[in-house]
Amino acid sequence: MIAAAEALQTLSSGWFLEHAWLIPIIPAIGFAIIILFGKKLPMKGSEIGLLSMIASLVLAGGTAMQWIDRVGSGAEGQFIAPVVRTWNWWQIGGMNFTIGQSIDGLAVIILVVVAFISTLVQLYSTEYLNGDRRYTHFFAALTLFSAGMLAMVIAEDTILLLLGWEIMGLCSFMLIGHWWEDGANSRAALKAFFTVRTGDMGLLIGVAMLYFASNDWTTEHLGVSGFSIRGISAWALSGEPNSTVILVAAVALFIAAIGKSGQFPLHTWLPDAMAGPTPVSSLLHSSTMVVAGVFLVSRLYPVFFTGFDILGTGGNLIMVIGAITIVIAAALAFVQNDIKKVLAYSTVSQLGYMMLGLGAGAWLPAVFHIFTHAFFKACLFLGAGSISHSASHHSFDMKKDMGGLRKVMPITFTTWIISTLALCGVFPFSGFFSKDEIIDNVGNNGYQMFMIIGLLGAFMTAAYMTRATYLTFFGEARGASAGEHHDEHATAHAAHDSHDSHDAHDAHVADHGDHGPHESGWRITLPLVLLAVLALSSGLLNATPFGEKWERIKTWVEPRAEVVMETAPGGPGHSKLLSVPSAAEEGHHDSPCGSETPEEGVCYAPQLVHAKFKWSKAMLSLGIVFLGIALSWIVSTMLYTRKDKRLVGLTERNGVLRSGYNLLVNKYYLDALYEKVIVKAIAGPIAAAAYWFNQNVLDGILHAIAAVSRVFSGWVYRNIDQRVVDGTVNNSGKATKGAGGVLAPVQSGKVSQYGALLFSAAAVAALVLVIINS
Amino acid sequence: MLVNQFLFLAALLFCIGVYGVIARKNAVLVLMSIELILNAVNLNFVAFALRSGNADGHTFALYIIAIAAAEVGVGLALVLLIFRNRKTISLDDLSEMKG
Repeated sequence: MIAAAEALQTLSSGWFLEHAWLIPIIPAIGFAIIILFGKKLPMKGSEIGLLSMIASLVLAGGTAMQWIDRVGSGAEGQFIAPVVRTWNWWQIGGMNFTIGQSIDGLAVIILVVVAFISTLVQLYSTEYLNGDRRYTHFFAALTLFSAGMLAMVIAEDTILLLLGWEIMGLCSFMLIGHWWEDGANSRAALKAFFTVRTGDMGLLIGVAMLYFASNDWTTEHLGVSGFSIRGISAWALSGEPNSTVILVAAVALFIAAIGKSGQFPLHTWLPDAMAGPTPVSSLLHSSTMVVAGVFLVSRLYPVFFTGFDILGTGGNLIMVIGAITIVIAAALAFVQNDIKKVLAYSTVSQLGYMMLGLGAGAWLPAVFHIFTHAFFKACLFLGAGSISHSASHHSFDMKKDMGGLRKVMPITFTTWIISTLALCGVFPFSGFFSKDEIIDNVGNNGYQMFMIIGLLGAFMTAAYMTRATYLTFFGEARGASAGEHHDEHATAHAAHDSHDSHDAHDAHVADHGDHGPHESGWRITLPLVLLAVLALSSGLLNATPFGEKWERIKTWVEPRAEVVMETAPGGPGHSKLLSVPSAAEEGHHDSPCGSETPEEGVCYAPQLVHAKFKWSKAMLSLGIVFLGIALSWIVSTMLYTRKDKRLVGLTERNGVLRSGYNLLVNKYYLDALYEKVIVKAIAGPIAAAAYWFNQNVLDGILHAIAAVSRVFSGWVYRNIDQRVVDGTVNNSGKATKGAGGVLAPVQSGKVSQYGALLFSAAAVAALVLVIINS
Repeated sequence: MLVNQFLFLAALLFCIGVYGVIARKNAVLVLMSIELILNAVNLNFVAFALRSGNADGHTFALYIIAIAAAEVGVGLALVLLIFRNRKTISLDDLSEMKG
């Protein structure tokens, strides 16, 4: 025991780790500056957005370096305590709420990704939205959005997490509806907002439940409130919680994750959200906002681990939802003609993988997939934006306005191909190392069925991405990319493509409306190239096939499942923790965390197992991916270029295929279900009930009162009014007439004058009151 | 005393709100000014709750926030309808209600 304690090292820390809370603060201040002074600045506020994101990126980079040092300074298998700093936020009725940062491996990796992608997207937007009429507002919302995500990532407590979560919801509404003059766009923004809000209720309920369930335990054992994420994690693994309570809390939180991360059945908002400008799609709907739900699950993983009995027998809700999402979203991607919608469904499908991984106990592969997916999906979205910006006159329709672009847009084409291969999971691109790990670990943890679904998803991913690539870059140039003139095209577009009617036109027609497709400028291609390089190489950070030495992300990010001695309540940032390190080399299976009640201490993370990498399994999934690419290529060539008679129009001729196609085109009728059935079922009766109440109850009361008062007033009129009052009134009437003449102008009908009178009267009354009382 | 500063801030907010209600012609801005007034009151509630050390004031503030949300909902609906009928939301043009 003493020997074990000596082996423990004091963990290093540093300025960046201690001041990581500055990372979200900087863009938040940037937002305030842009919204207040943006329009007067020389670059209309975009420079503030870009600078604040660069500052955040530098800080995040420094934090990452120091975190790596910190992990290195710990002993083998030692629990690396997060760097915690908290401040009192507010007090109410004896309760004390804190706000603060908790930096650990998960926070660091997401911080770096978010800051990096945000910076690139801001740079990209300076060109993409050049000349937009709400340029300043766009940058303000974009910057605030990043601040929200960063705040959520560093959150020490569930309240700050909730705050960042809601800021993101608001900003996504503003950004998706950026071109709100078009009805379709503002509808998409509303849909996104309300769908996500449906899920958000779950977060509120979950956070409240966790607080009330865990507060006593966390206060006693750790000296933190029931909002502290560390406290909740330790509580969830302590064997203390009632299994029903934690299950309900986990389900509530998972509903929030379903809404935010576009999981089935609340995925319908995500494809519609493509109505926003492309940089928004790239930032919100590939790498940050939709990842928030996955982040929530991985952040509060112990709650889900205990609540859903992950690694226990049978599947659980997270896995089932994840698996359904993978397949249905991938199937929908096949029938889309809009290139951004293909990518949107692809995002939904990939998020399904992350959820599947988390549900199956593959925590690290899922988090690593967030990391790699962010790069290649952002690159794909920005590539789609580059095409629409420079080649297809703001159209996103692959069938009508694209094709054959590989020759005119070499940089976009190359980066697109690299990212597509990464998305499909081709060795050695980054997606291979993360997605294959998820599939492998799901199988390894005993969920064979779900592994097969994962492989099926990989096949479908490869196939629909090949279709999209073929339609965009190969074959003959069609429509706008063939250089058709813009004017004769504009009318055709407006009918079929809602994206098309957005602004930017005015600026661009003058700019380069006259010449045909061309490569985009450096502010668009530079982010593309950087992201493509990362899409190619970021997988090597956790390249399991090459042995333990390559598993850097695992060392840096995965929390070590060790029993940590309960620390005395108190000081922030306690970096020295006594722990009982495990003696075993691998560290597997011998930590009690997650499987049994820890004695003399607490666990912050459950013990998970990692699959041993085998080339035979990897070859199987690679074979499936190549099969998907090849099949899809052959079908695409026959269908779109040679117009093979056997395939063209097959969906109209064959009954089974037609009904399947209709089901997909109508998105499984989910939108119809939500809007026509559920909303009507809820809103209809409420309206009817309100009407009935109004007509029968309120009106009835009014009628009764009216009848009674009529009788009464008749009596009053005959007896009092005519005899007593009239005499008096006739006299006073004369006096009033004089006064009325004076006061008549006061009754001007102008509300503000009434207001002024009201307030001045109130002020006089207050003055009188003060004088009387003193 | 800390409470004093809250009260000064609340008074300032209140005055800005009153100014907005009286001086602004745009109905939406007037609604926003009313929000300011409500929040000034909220601030007072919270400040006094802080001094007296019980949670009643906070609870009241939460209620006011909820009711203010409903109020804005109704107000904006009115503005929307006025705009549909009149194509303007300037309060000066809405002076039919005179004696």
